[in-house]
Amino acid sequence: MNLHEYQSKKIFASYGIPVPRGTVASTADEAVAAAQGLGGPVWVVKAQVHAGGRGKAGGVKVTKELDGVRQAASAMLGTRLVTKQTGADGLPISQVYVEEGSAIAREIYLSLTLNREKSRIAVVASAAGGMDIEEVAAHEPEKILSITIHPAVGLEAYQARELAFGLGFAGSQITEFTTILKALYKLYIDNDASLVEVNPLIVTGDGKLVALDAKIGIDPNALFRHPDLVALRDRTQEDPIEARAAEHDLNYVSLDGNIACMVNGAGLAMATMDIIKLHGGKPANFLDVGGGATVERVTAAFELILSNPNVQAILVNIFGGIVRCDVIAEGIMAAVQKVGVKVPVVVRLEGTNAKQAREMLSKSGLAVTPAASLTDAAKKVVAAAKSR
Amino acid sequence: MSILVNKRSRIIVQGFTGKQGTFHAQQCLAYGTRIVGGVTPGRGGTQHLDLPVFDTVQRAVRDTGATVSMIYVPAAYAADAILEAVDAGIELVVCITEGIPVNDMIRVKTALAGSSARLIGPNCPGIITPDECKIGIMPGFIHQRGCVGIVSRSGTLTYEAVHQTTAIGLGQSTCVGIGGDPVRGMNFIDVIELFERDPQTEGIVMVGEIGGSDEEAAAAHIARFVTKPVVAYIAGVTAPPGKRMGHAGAVVAGGKGTAADKFRALEEAGVRTVKSPAELGAAMAELLNVRKKSRVAASQVGERPASMRAKSRKAKAAPKAKAKAKAKPKAKPKSQVKSKAKAAPKRKAVKRAAPRRAARRPARKK
Repeated sequence: MNLHEYQSKKIFASYGIPVPRGTVASTADEAVAAAQGLGGPVWVVKAQVHAGGRGKAGGVKVTKELDGVRQAASAMLGTRLVTKQTGADGLPISQVYVEEGSAIAREIYLSLTLNREKSRIAVVASAAGGMDIEEVAAHEPEKILSITIHPAVGLEAYQARELAFGLGFAGSQITEFTTILKALYKLYIDNDASLVEVNPLIVTGDGKLVALDAKIGIDPNALFRHPDLVALRDRTQEDPIEARAAEHDLNYVSLDGNIACMVNGAGLAMATMDIIKLHGGKPANFLDVGGGATVERVTAAFELILSNPNVQAILVNIFGGIVRCDVIAEGIMAAVQKVGVKVPVVVRLEGTNAKQAREMLSKSGLAVTPAASLTDAAKKVVAAAKSR
Repeated sequence: MSILVNKRSRIIVQGFTGKQGTFHAQQCLAYGTRIVGGVTPGRGGTQHLDLPVFDTVQRAVRDTGATVSMIYVPAAYAADAILEAVDAGIELVVCITEGIPVNDMIRVKTALAGSSARLIGPNCPGIITPDECKIGIMPGFIHQRGCVGIVSRSGTLTYEAVHQTTAIGLGQSTCVGIGGDPVRGMNFIDVIELFERDPQTEGIVMVGEIGGSDEEAAAAHIARFVTKPVVAYIAGVTAPPGKRMGHAGAVVAGGKGTAADKFRALEEAGVRTVKSPAELGAAMAELLNVRKKSRVAASQVGERPASMRAKSRKAKAAPKAKAKAKAKPKAKPKSQVKSKAKAAPKRKAVKRAAPRRAARRPARKK
């Protein structure tokens, strides 16, 4: 779960991390009032969306006029911002953050996230701040500094110093950086973050360190112990179908093809997408219905995948383990009837009572084609989608 | 033989009296697994499924002599349950629970580093040695005792590999689901190392998926240390970058962890990769058949699978064309030796049994 910049900065401030003063606004009037409240001479109006690359996409405007604040806010609010991280549809802007302008002498990249290889939290820093860090990592890896933190020992001062000197800081900046980094690590642990990113951390004209941007991602598995953070969730920033899927405890990811799939298990769901492509088709989604494919879940799943207008055919691939295939087949037939599926459905069932389930499906009179194997299923569904 | 668990393994269930714990413990008992009791704090002294319930793992271990624990505790308490098992001296902890916070697992990993216990999972189907011991949520009946070791990050894809190796008549020695989380216990390398030393295991099926670089690490390990044929499949070729595909660990982040990178690393290591998950069984059968033939007919050196050719360290370091040229003359005398003495594979097995037994005990390498 991601937080907005203004939410993240509020948390930053509560940990004593210096951030520019700012106010969030939902209308142009509120934005102007916010600017007046901050005083001049320079304001920055920033679109609040869950994506990076806002600056290049026109989601950040610097102005010296109150009227400029009004214009920027009304131009952004109610529209969708398309950045290189959002996809073609972009994300809706329902709030802007109005902030005092900062004098920038230097820009630093700083983030904390999991290092999977070491099973520890890593700090990644680079003197090439304000840029796309993945580009830097790909082309100038020597500019990336990194340390990992022992969970029992915590972040040590020497580690922070190592980074600070590596970034070219001197004098009181070393202490400032150490304090900021320790606060960021504490924030990361306290809030069960999965990512804390400051891009850029700036050195101001008078040599002070300030977090000019702030991004916090929270581990969704840890939300149960953070009700305060759950309240910050902005569902308008999430894919509407994916959000609906989450309500039904289904794992759904939208893709741009025309063959929908419904599968039990995440690995098999990915493999099903892959095998569709291997046989010349294009998957429309990833969908994991989980272990117990009950009538309710399968019905909800059919409704979800059919809400995508591009879908030309559906492949259901269930490996019935502890759940019997005949029970799943019943669920599929009930769901197909209830939802009124109009596109061809190919069903591959394997596991307990698979044969019996296939017979039930072929005798049902519904437009459901049973498949004998994974390959057979993929071929059949690709053919069905192409013939439409 | 098998790896990690067999019919003599004594198992307790943590979260024994809960809905999931009860249901799956019943399934495991029905399979013949030697469950000797369970743990549910506050229910100690009672009986459940005709087995004793204990308040703590420590007491359960003391009274039952259990060395393996199977965990069905809810995510919020699962990390604590793993640590309790480790502290009580359990040798193998199998954690089925999905959805444990990553930061909890980071702490668990650190604690594990200082102990001799092994952890399978979390967020995994568990481990099964067919006809002997099922610890987890996998459907027992699809398995068949045999010669293929299976290791996988995905549950249902493991079943897929099991189903195929059963259908083709190879069967499985042991199947280990290592789980779909980014921070987990045993990894591909740990399991593959055990399969390599297990005399019953003749070939290894490895099922990976996008995210992280564990498959790449496994590829490097296989190239250096594994002599048995390996077939691999990676799920998620079509997964869009930045999206989490069901499993917490299945995400291509910052251009890293793609299926293409993993396939490439495995192929360079001489692993036989399949682009379709439906071909795992057939590819394994093919490699094992070729292997058997090459043992008999020394003249058919050219037909030896790539996975056996590129095994030497030299071959790996050299460019591809060179590697072939170097490996060929090397392979020839090797296979001649094998064909002369038909008992060679057996002798190998006996030799390996000793270090293997030692390894089952808590001697950790890293």
